[in-house]
Amino acid sequence: MSPTAVHSLWTTAAEPLDKIQAPDIEYGQLAPILIVVGAAIVGLLLEAFLPRRARYQAQVTLTVVALAASFAAIIALAQAGYGTTKANVAAMGAIAIDGPTLFLQGTILLASVVAVLTFAERRLDPETHGNHIDSFVAQAASVPGSDSEKSAVRAGFTTTEVYPLALFAIAGMLVFPAANDLLTLFVALEVFSLPLYLLCALARRKRLLSQEAAVKYFLLGAFSSAFMLFGIALLYGYAGSVSYARIAEVVDGSVRTIDPALADTMGNDALLLIGGALILMGLLFKVGAVPFHMWTPDVYQGAPTPVTGFMAAATKVAAFGALLRLLYVVLPGLRWDWRPVMWAIAIVTMLAGAIVAITQTDIKRLLAYSSIAHAGFILAGVIAFTPDGVSSVLFYLGAYSFVTIGAFAVVTLVRDAGGEATHLSKWAGLGRRSPLVAAVFAVFLLSFAGIPLTSGFSGKFAVFKAAAEGGAGALVVVGVLSSAIAAFFYIRVIVLMFFSEPKADGPTVAVPSAMTSTAIAAGVLVTLVLGLAPQYFLDLAGQASVFAR
Amino acid sequence: MENLIALLIAAPLLGAVVLLCGGRRLDRTGHWLGTALAGASFLIGVVLFAGMLGESADERTLHQRLFSWIPVEGFQADIAFQLDQLSMTFVLLITGVGTLIHIYSIGYMEHDERRRRFFGYLNLFLSAMLLLVLADNYLLLYFGWEGVGLASYLLIGFWQHKPSAATAAKKAFLVNRVGDIGLSIAIMLMFTTFGTFAFGPVLGSVGETGEGTLTAIGLMLLLAACGKSAQVPLQSWLGDAMEGPTPVSALIHAATMVTAGVYLIVRSGAIFNAAPDAQLVVVVVGAVTLLFGAVVGCAKDDIKKALAGSTMSQIGYMILAAGLGPIGYVFAIMHLVTHGFFKAGLFLGAGSVMHGMNDEVDMRKYGGLRKHMPITFVTFGLGYLAIIGFPGLSGFFSKDKIIESAFAKGGAEGWILGAVTLLGAAITAFYMTRVMLMTFFGEKRWQPDAEGHEPHPHESPRSMTIPMIVLAFGSVFAGGFFGIGDRFLNWLEPVTGYDHGHAPISAATVTTATVVVLLIGVGVAWLMYGRRPVPVLAPRGSLLTRAARRDLYQDDINHAVLVRGGEHLTRSLVYVDHTLVDGVVNGTAASVGGLSGRLRKMQNGYARSYAVSMFGGTAVLIAATLLMRAV
Repeated sequence: MSPTAVHSLWTTAAEPLDKIQAPDIEYGQLAPILIVVGAAIVGLLLEAFLPRRARYQAQVTLTVVALAASFAAIIALAQAGYGTTKANVAAMGAIAIDGPTLFLQGTILLASVVAVLTFAERRLDPETHGNHIDSFVAQAASVPGSDSEKSAVRAGFTTTEVYPLALFAIAGMLVFPAANDLLTLFVALEVFSLPLYLLCALARRKRLLSQEAAVKYFLLGAFSSAFMLFGIALLYGYAGSVSYARIAEVVDGSVRTIDPALADTMGNDALLLIGGALILMGLLFKVGAVPFHMWTPDVYQGAPTPVTGFMAAATKVAAFGALLRLLYVVLPGLRWDWRPVMWAIAIVTMLAGAIVAITQTDIKRLLAYSSIAHAGFILAGVIAFTPDGVSSVLFYLGAYSFVTIGAFAVVTLVRDAGGEATHLSKWAGLGRRSPLVAAVFAVFLLSFAGIPLTSGFSGKFAVFKAAAEGGAGALVVVGVLSSAIAAFFYIRVIVLMFFSEPKADGPTVAVPSAMTSTAIAAGVLVTLVLGLAPQYFLDLAGQASVFAR
Repeated sequence: MENLIALLIAAPLLGAVVLLCGGRRLDRTGHWLGTALAGASFLIGVVLFAGMLGESADERTLHQRLFSWIPVEGFQADIAFQLDQLSMTFVLLITGVGTLIHIYSIGYMEHDERRRRFFGYLNLFLSAMLLLVLADNYLLLYFGWEGVGLASYLLIGFWQHKPSAATAAKKAFLVNRVGDIGLSIAIMLMFTTFGTFAFGPVLGSVGETGEGTLTAIGLMLLLAACGKSAQVPLQSWLGDAMEGPTPVSALIHAATMVTAGVYLIVRSGAIFNAAPDAQLVVVVVGAVTLLFGAVVGCAKDDIKKALAGSTMSQIGYMILAAGLGPIGYVFAIMHLVTHGFFKAGLFLGAGSVMHGMNDEVDMRKYGGLRKHMPITFVTFGLGYLAIIGFPGLSGFFSKDKIIESAFAKGGAEGWILGAVTLLGAAITAFYMTRVMLMTFFGEKRWQPDAEGHEPHPHESPRSMTIPMIVLAFGSVFAGGFFGIGDRFLNWLEPVTGYDHGHAPISAATVTTATVVVLLIGVGVAWLMYGRRPVPVLAPRGSLLTRAARRDLYQDDINHAVLVRGGEHLTRSLVYVDHTLVDGVVNGTAASVGGLSGRLRKMQNGYARSYAVSMFGGTAVLIAATLLMRAV
């Protein structure tokens, strides 16, 4: 080939490049996400360049400050009216900045701050070899029980990588409910899932259980991601686009222009239905709805307890946010197709979660099944398909996440020689030995059970009311029945704590540092405030219930 | 002027709070404070009364609204008061007699170490009773109604170390609850019917309401009245209530609280006027109780229980008069006021006698006390003459009017009621003469008390005799003051209305008949108890006497019907609960638990099983979605 020919190839290839326009990114509106991502990257650099001793302080400070700054950015956006009048779709249609986005991002950030505080707790175990130890493994790469593990412990290593990992996960969670096209949705899903898989494997004690949980979570997560990706492909085939708005238009029938390349598939309802169902499945996996819930108990039990609390709260918020947006923005035209199916899933989820929880003997598994039952209750609100439905789900998620983190934080306090004493029989008579801790846990349990004057009641009431007004009365009946079943095992724990004789070799209750105390106090405070005076927050959720399209 | 109304209630309420919360520091002075505040309330009442007299008859009603009590959409209840002639009458009676009895109690309770508390309770009672009669809506009235119930309970059981007193208090409370349920149902009916509780709107819109509803409300109000005013069938608590200190019996269980039922019926007159069936029941209840109480009063040897029977009977007169409608409302209240004077006086006299006789209550162990307790004898005697209706004294005017009204009801009903009231008057004369003769006349039958102390009857201290003297004045002159020139009628008529009725016989005939039956009653009693000596141990007596001694088997009937029935019902309910309900509950729980155990096995820990579950779930999800579209 002659040099000129090469040159012309070069220039002809170069010419069209001039026509590509730079994407128009609204950095201000994406600030909350960008701050967290930036902090995560800085965190990685800190891991690389700071000496071991200094990392803990720096990472915790960085994480908390970044989350606070991100939250401040959310408040600023909300004040500027991006939740209501200025709601719009930013970043070339990839990210929606609207009421639900800001509300959910705010909830995720607040819950994350509290969760990070429990990550940073280093007072629960006595110091070994003069080093503070936390809930995370000394060196993740060391084989459990090996000499390298022992030497890592002796050297006082700590896995401070958990903070950047958590920040990455949080960043993904912030994008997830805001994602306004299917690819962004998928990327966000992976961005928050991968760090979570890792975090699950990092428990300091019962490492094999922890690693097993992580592997299971990863395998099943990958499995569900595959389904979801397949669903995305099918929907692209149906609509010729991955943008929510575009798909919704095709579903409505307001777009008739057919892309010649997709002439065979566009507008084919089978693709739409199957693709929609597959994406739905991916999201239902993340919220832990039956029959996609099986990972929940194993992972919740195996993961380090602070991570469990973080996952149970923040992941659920993000996943329900994405589910709401998918159902309300993309598939409203299909609601007569998905509603009966969602009905069935909600009913099965509520009942299975409540029923199986009855025979659990491990407090973390109990809380895992409880979270499944709660996913069912929230689904009842999702199904309402009214603005009230959206606002009730937003409120419920806010209320639920703080109770959950608080409850798991209490679980970290009750310890015996083997670390956390999670077997229920060990909790007998806890109320006699540590009345305050038992009382706090009782408050959380009562809130889970939906007893009035707690946030659980306000949330459940809002969700059931929305469901009943949305024409799902039967669902409410099932919901109330499952609540009754669920109340049994919550109250049983209270009875166990307060009305049973303490065992001689029972666990001790560790005195936590200010970190965990703050997390628990925040949980109690939110539980009581949302229970006693929910109206302000219900109004807030009500204002934030309109999706930008 | 209307701003003073709240102060009427506030003064004794302040006393109650200070005395009950003040602690031992107030032990020495508390009774003076309580009495002073009761007196203050009376003075405020007098000022309001004077102001009311200055207005013309149509403009005498005052209203005071303090604040909205329960401000809920569609459910308004205010703390608001209404003072009209009817309330005014009660205010003066309650605070006037109340103050006198406070003064009396200073002497009577002198040796009781819990005297401060006693005065606190008395003040609490006064404020609750004033709230009851001053409320401008039924809900607030109910508040006062429960308040007097509470005070009554506390005061009957004041000597709580005596099991009999504690039991009596409990009994009074429980029986009253039955009546209270009636009042609460009536209030609920009113709310659903009229959408409000206020007297004005409720009573004003009676005309637009169906008679059935009004009858139901009326009967429920009557049930309430029966409880508070000890009318058949809820009469059984009053006799036992005499376990309380005598001033309590005088104030609460004779002069004021037990008349609350009469107030309720007269206040709700518009409802009863439009519900003749309910009115008929009211009259029947009044007539039955009138005779019931009188018969019981004849047989009791306990002076306070005899007076309690008499109270029941006299309130029966009032209820009967209230049931006659506009013919009788005014006279029901008039008799209520005169009865307040003479019955309070009689009880205080009884208390004075007990005070001098080592707290002995059995009249068979009295006798010949007139020389030893002259002031008590004279004041008690005047009260006695008043209650039997001796011409010229208070009871004569008021009771005579009720008997006239009963005849004026007209038709067979009028004749029957007239006859019953006349019969009642005769029996009243009999049992009161019996009390008088057994206590103050005849020979000394004094017995040493349980510890062997011989009684040394003496006149009571002045703090006790002065209230008795004042009340005796009321017993003598109040009736004449009210009755002559229809003063009381003109005073109350703007509130209650008045109707002459159709008297089949002239007033003079009725009066003559009343005097004749009175003389017969007195004469028979004289023959039985004056001429012959009274045995210290009660003779076996006739069948009727024995029945009357046991309160005409009221407690046995209650026991057989309510207690036994209740026990059987409870036992069967417990059985149903244990077998059926528990069976269902435990069965459900067991099956849920079993299901849980089985479902739990699906969670086997293998990631492959979980993946299969997800795969299957997705397949079903897709199939169902497609199926939905196909359908």
